Amino acid sequence: MSIVRRHKIIALSSTVLVVGAGLSFYAAHAFAQQEERADAALNQLVHEPPTMEDLEASDLHPELKKVIRYGHDLFTNTQQLRGEYVYNDMNCSSCHLGEGRVPFSAPVWAAAITLPDFRGKNQHVNNLEERIAGCFAYSMNGTPPEYGSDEMLALSAYHQWLATGAPMYPDKPIYGRGFPAPEQPEAPSYARGEEAYQENCAICHQEDGSGHYESGEYVFPAPWGDGSNNWGAGIARVETMAGFIYQNMPLGQPRSLTGQQAWDIAYYINSQERPQDPRYTGDVAETAERFGPTFHNRSLYGQTREHDGHVLGDHANFGEKGDIQPWNVGMPRFENLSEE
Amino acid sequence: MKIVRGGRLSLLLGACLMANTSMAQEGDVARGEAASATCVACHQANGGGMNIPGGESWPRLAGLNADYIAKQLHDFKSGERQNATMMTFANMLNDQQIADGAVYYSQLPATPGQGGDNADEALLARGQRLAERGDWNAYIVSCQSCHGPGGRGVGEAFPGIAGQHAGYISAQLNAWKNDSRSNDPQNLMGAIAKRMSEEDIQAVSAWYATQPAAEGEATQ
Repeated sequence: MSIVRRHKIIALSSTVLVVGAGLSFYAAHAFAQQEERADAALNQLVHEPPTMEDLEASDLHPELKKVIRYGHDLFTNTQQLRGEYVYNDMNCSSCHLGEGRVPFSAPVWAAAITLPDFRGKNQHVNNLEERIAGCFAYSMNGTPPEYGSDEMLALSAYHQWLATGAPMYPDKPIYGRGFPAPEQPEAPSYARGEEAYQENCAICHQEDGSGHYESGEYVFPAPWGDGSNNWGAGIARVETMAGFIYQNMPLGQPRSLTGQQAWDIAYYINSQERPQDPRYTGDVAETAERFGPTFHNRSLYGQTREHDGHVLGDHANFGEKGDIQPWNVGMPRFENLSEE
Repeated sequence: MKIVRGGRLSLLLGACLMANTSMAQEGDVARGEAASATCVACHQANGGGMNIPGGESWPRLAGLNADYIAKQLHDFKSGERQNATMMTFANMLNDQQIADGAVYYSQLPATPGQGGDNADEALLARGQRLAERGDWNAYIVSCQSCHGPGGRGVGEAFPGIAGQHAGYISAQLNAWKNDSRSNDPQNLMGAIAKRMSEEDIQAVSAWYATQPAAEGEATQ
């Protein structure tokens, strides 16, 4: 099995320099002001999103405050939509740590100032609502609330409010955007990944990756299996998972693992089963090929696991959502626009 | 001694030791009650302990996870967790008595936490915020992200802290902060405690002291 490693954006190599600046600085203040930063010369957009306390103190209309509060509540307790729009054990904040505000944990305000934009994954221009809908279809293994619905408006309002003061369509790279992957000295190893997972992750996420419930309430999310995101979620790509792990795990100890450990663990986790990709055509090889260039070339979907010959994603298990089809997947857009 | 990350071997060994503790030495409530004679002077007959402002508070044991209690007693004996008083008393207990005493205290009904009643509203509000949402600007994750909803504990590794005495919680957070306690798995608590200010520590201690401990966590 081989993984295509890709240097995605210039911002990636510059954030690696930031990483070198040291964890203690980062941990002391995650949102240091640009003029105080050692890496100010990198000329990135550093944005510190407002907090919920800032919301209360603001002059925004009381009705808007209510809606933003609801959006925050949906974001951090998305399980309240379980069985309606969400069919796994995740919250938005399971991956977007710190209420979607924290650098290197895919802070969500970045979407609010960079969308609408063309999106490679679905090959058309997406706005913020369509981007959020994508998370419901893949990361939450569910189906999205309708565009313009109370839930969708509240979630997008929360995203946009977090971007308060940041410029639309910034002309500089965004500090802390996404889950920048660390350098990868060697090709990832399943065996090393398994060992590192059991050593560093299993105390919370369990040896079998099922996560942890206490008295029926969700505490630690499931990194694989039916409780986790499906094969079409961004974090099913090894590079994205490696970036998430390196920048955020174990919880409270960002960048405490080596880059190699993060890649190995990501490779191990993403070599386990999870619910089927909603774009599944009925044939894993066909699905992997059709969505290879835009997505699955960076996941292990459709590949054969070396140690037991298992073909990843070769099943019709869609998890708890059963035969519910997310309405946004494959929806055609802008078909009437002429080619230039 | 500080163990940040044990090897696989140590993990397996640890699992074997744990299995021995809970299987070969399965705790017995009646024997545990007898063994607890060693403990009641401080932890009280009802396991409620006592908050002692300005002194060393005695934690409530009633309703805590049995494996968590047993691990702490073993750690006191080995010096992995350091406390002069507890080392003396833990050394009076053999492995069987530890297992018995842990099970005995775990099944006692939790008593209310003390030491949070005089906290002002602003301090409690800050405590609630840290407990439920953390303070990510300082990279302090919420307490409940590991200690579970309501801070009522998750399994044997993440003890219930709701309904614990404020003086005990703050003493432990300060111990992690200054490296005098480090027997948590993978430094998960130590990393966070070091980022907490004195006010943060007072705030979460007061908040959790005023919160109810779960009833469900008492039994194994």
